[in-house]
Amino acid sequence: MLEIKNLHVKLEDEDKVILKGMNLTVETGKVHAIMGPNGSGKSTMSYVLSGRDGYEVTEGSATLQGQELLDLDPEARAAAGLFLAFQYPVEIPGVGNMTFLRTALNAQRKVRGEDELSAGEFLKLVREKAKALKIDAEMLKRPVNVGFSGGEKKRNEILQMAMLEPKMCILDETDSGLDVDAMRLVSDGVNALRSPDRSFLVITHYQRLLDHIKPDVVHIMADGRILQTGGPELALEVEKNGYADILAAHGLTEAK
Amino acid sequence: MATQETDIREGVDRETVETVQNMGSYKYGWETEIEMEYAPKGISEEIVRLISKKNDEPEWMLEWRLQAYHRWVEMKEPDWALLDLPKIDYQDLYYYARPKSMVEKPKSLDEVDPKLLATYEKLGIPLKEQMILAGVEGAENINLEERQVAVDAVFDSVSVGTTFKEKLAEAGVIFCSISEAIKDHPELVKKYLGSVVPQTDNYFATLNSACFSDGSFVYVPPGTRCPMELSTYFRINAENTGQFERTLIVCDKGAYVSYLEGCTAPKRDTAQLHAAVVEIVILEDAEVKYSTVQNWFPGDEEGKGGIYNFVTKRADCREPRAKVMWTQVETGSAITWKYPSCILRGDDTSGEFYSIAIANNYQQADTGTKMVHLGKNTRSRIVSKGISAGQAQNTYRGLVSMHPRAKNSRNYTQCDSLLIGDKCGAHTVPYIEVKNNSSRVEHEATTSKVDDDQLFYCRARGVGEEEAVALVVNGFCRDVLQALPMEFAMEAQSLVAISLEGSVG
Ligand SMILES: Nc1ncnc2c1ncn2[C@@H]1O[C@H](COP(=O)(O)OP(=O)(O)O)[C@@H](O)[C@H]1O
Ligand SMILES: [Mg+2]
Repeated sequence: MLEIKNLHVKLEDEDKVILKGMNLTVETGKVHAIMGPNGSGKSTMSYVLSGRDGYEVTEGSATLQGQELLDLDPEARAAAGLFLAFQYPVEIPGVGNMTFLRTALNAQRKVRGEDELSAGEFLKLVREKAKALKIDAEMLKRPVNVGFSGGEKKRNEILQMAMLEPKMCILDETDSGLDVDAMRLVSDGVNALRSPDRSFLVITHYQRLLDHIKPDVVHIMADGRILQTGGPELALEVEKNGYADILAAHGLTEAK
Repeated sequence: MATQETDIREGVDRETVETVQNMGSYKYGWETEIEMEYAPKGISEEIVRLISKKNDEPEWMLEWRLQAYHRWVEMKEPDWALLDLPKIDYQDLYYYARPKSMVEKPKSLDEVDPKLLATYEKLGIPLKEQMILAGVEGAENINLEERQVAVDAVFDSVSVGTTFKEKLAEAGVIFCSISEAIKDHPELVKKYLGSVVPQTDNYFATLNSACFSDGSFVYVPPGTRCPMELSTYFRINAENTGQFERTLIVCDKGAYVSYLEGCTAPKRDTAQLHAAVVEIVILEDAEVKYSTVQNWFPGDEEGKGGIYNFVTKRADCREPRAKVMWTQVETGSAITWKYPSCILRGDDTSGEFYSIAIANNYQQADTGTKMVHLGKNTRSRIVSKGISAGQAQNTYRGLVSMHPRAKNSRNYTQCDSLLIGDKCGAHTVPYIEVKNNSSRVEHEATTSKVDDDQLFYCRARGVGEEEAVALVVNGFCRDVLQALPMEFAMEAQSLVAISLEGSVG
């Protein structure tokens, strides 16, 4: 599904190198988790994959179902099936949450040559998906993310994901700042979307999310690359012992 | 921008492709081929007499025009606006142009020249007495309503026809062209014409007083809620011709009317002048809503052509508790010089002004409002959203004046500017005068750039760059869009998107 090969990325305006030879393959239908200390480059990787400005790819490639992503506009990547649940969802004053969702969904359908959903069909669909995430009508009418609590913002990201039905979902610290109930809603939302033809890349600091969303593969990332890859037990080990040993094995220290 | 890079495939003639590209996004740039009758070029006492004669006017009207003309020749163009005004040769344009088929005034809509009817049909304003489908785009609001809207259609210098006249007459509402009103309702016209915008108010209004050729007239009798929305659609078609229309709305005690105005013009290389006057008189407890979607041809991407739009609009809340609300969406014109104002004369009167002004490419807009508080306990509210893109300059100019008698009055002004790109400019020029110590004036202003994170967030969800800009800008304008009647809200939203095409990338 997603294949990142030897990806090197620096900031466009500075000499700072953030990704230093990142390699990662997420197979179709699988859930991969990435854990790693703050500043490892996890968010940068998800932004670069989604096409945000401000980064320069100096080497390497990233493909989605065989298609090179890095040449595409962000909207083309989304239409190709990539979705990023933002670590910090953006507020858009004055734009109703539903208007936003409908515009996005219809834009993607148009690219894929499908008919736009009528207002009625859309409304039915969004109500159904919102209900499962305990998002009420009021929240659907409010401007996108404006005045939302941290938990509401994250649930809203999952709602967008549920509506857009992407092939490859990247969740960037969707669990941070969530209480136990919100964590359950979010994980249930993600689990409901798990399917043999959809893949997930779950970025998190905490094992507790992985108790709900069971990963097939766990990666440890630091200093702009994947240091170690293993099964779910790797997450448990990190939970217990921290990153120090893994970092040390690669000549890195926690403070970095 | 993506559309600029259209591949020219073999076999496709380059000229055709370029022509199509140069059509740009202005949808109304086509022209109606129709035989016209013109007054000789230029303005003079003879021309003023000729216009008056063409309209078959009484002597008092001609006298009124001539007074204005004699004053105008002594006046100078105002130069205080933040506009780079090209020299206008007032003797090199036509002041009167009417389709030959309108020389004999059609007695009903059925007799109107099919070419004219087709023109309005193509503009999306069919001159038929039918329901129109109105509604607001957006999933939260999908209730489309069938509504009736009466239309007065003005083509160059003349009114082509007015719909729903009989139905309105049943309610006692007079809705007709001003030229008819001068003949059929002279007592009302004499009483109110020039009573809000005096004949010699300013350079452009004075010119208009001398040579206005047509426009709309509305009278709503006491205690009457006008049974449908009224609208005037202005179309400039003829080349080298100015349009000088005059609108007079009188809303008698306890009455209510909502009035819409729309305007378009063909795409041409040479600029054209439009100098209009709108006067609104609102009596005790009456209320008027006046909404404009101004979409005159803005000129091309290089700033060639377009309409020079110099408009004087003023409402007089003459008696206690009168209310007025101006809402404008200004997307067109090469130059916009326009300050719809409220004279809050009666006690407890209120005035509101909601404005979206978009300037793209080489457009220049200097627009805003005047809130003149004369009566006690008067209220005013100003919400202005200015959007600048390309090389455009956009100025908000607003006056809030609290006179000594206007005790306990309030004004709230919110003035937001949004910049797209770094070659355009936004300016805010507020004038505030408070001459009593019980009134309060609040002014808030912001200037921001279109936020890259917001655009990226939209694009990451699959929304294309231009649509993302339109979405974010529509969000920025939301307070004003919500003030529009449903008939206009949808059109205004898509117009915001269209007028910003090519502003990113
Ligand atoms: N736009 C930026 N400007 C400056 N530094 C940045 C920028 N984006 C990322 N960085 C730096 O790159 C490193 C990786 O950041 P990030 O990708 O957010 O890590 P993570 O998500 O793993 O915590 C950090 O040191 C961060 O400060
Ligand atoms: Mg991060």
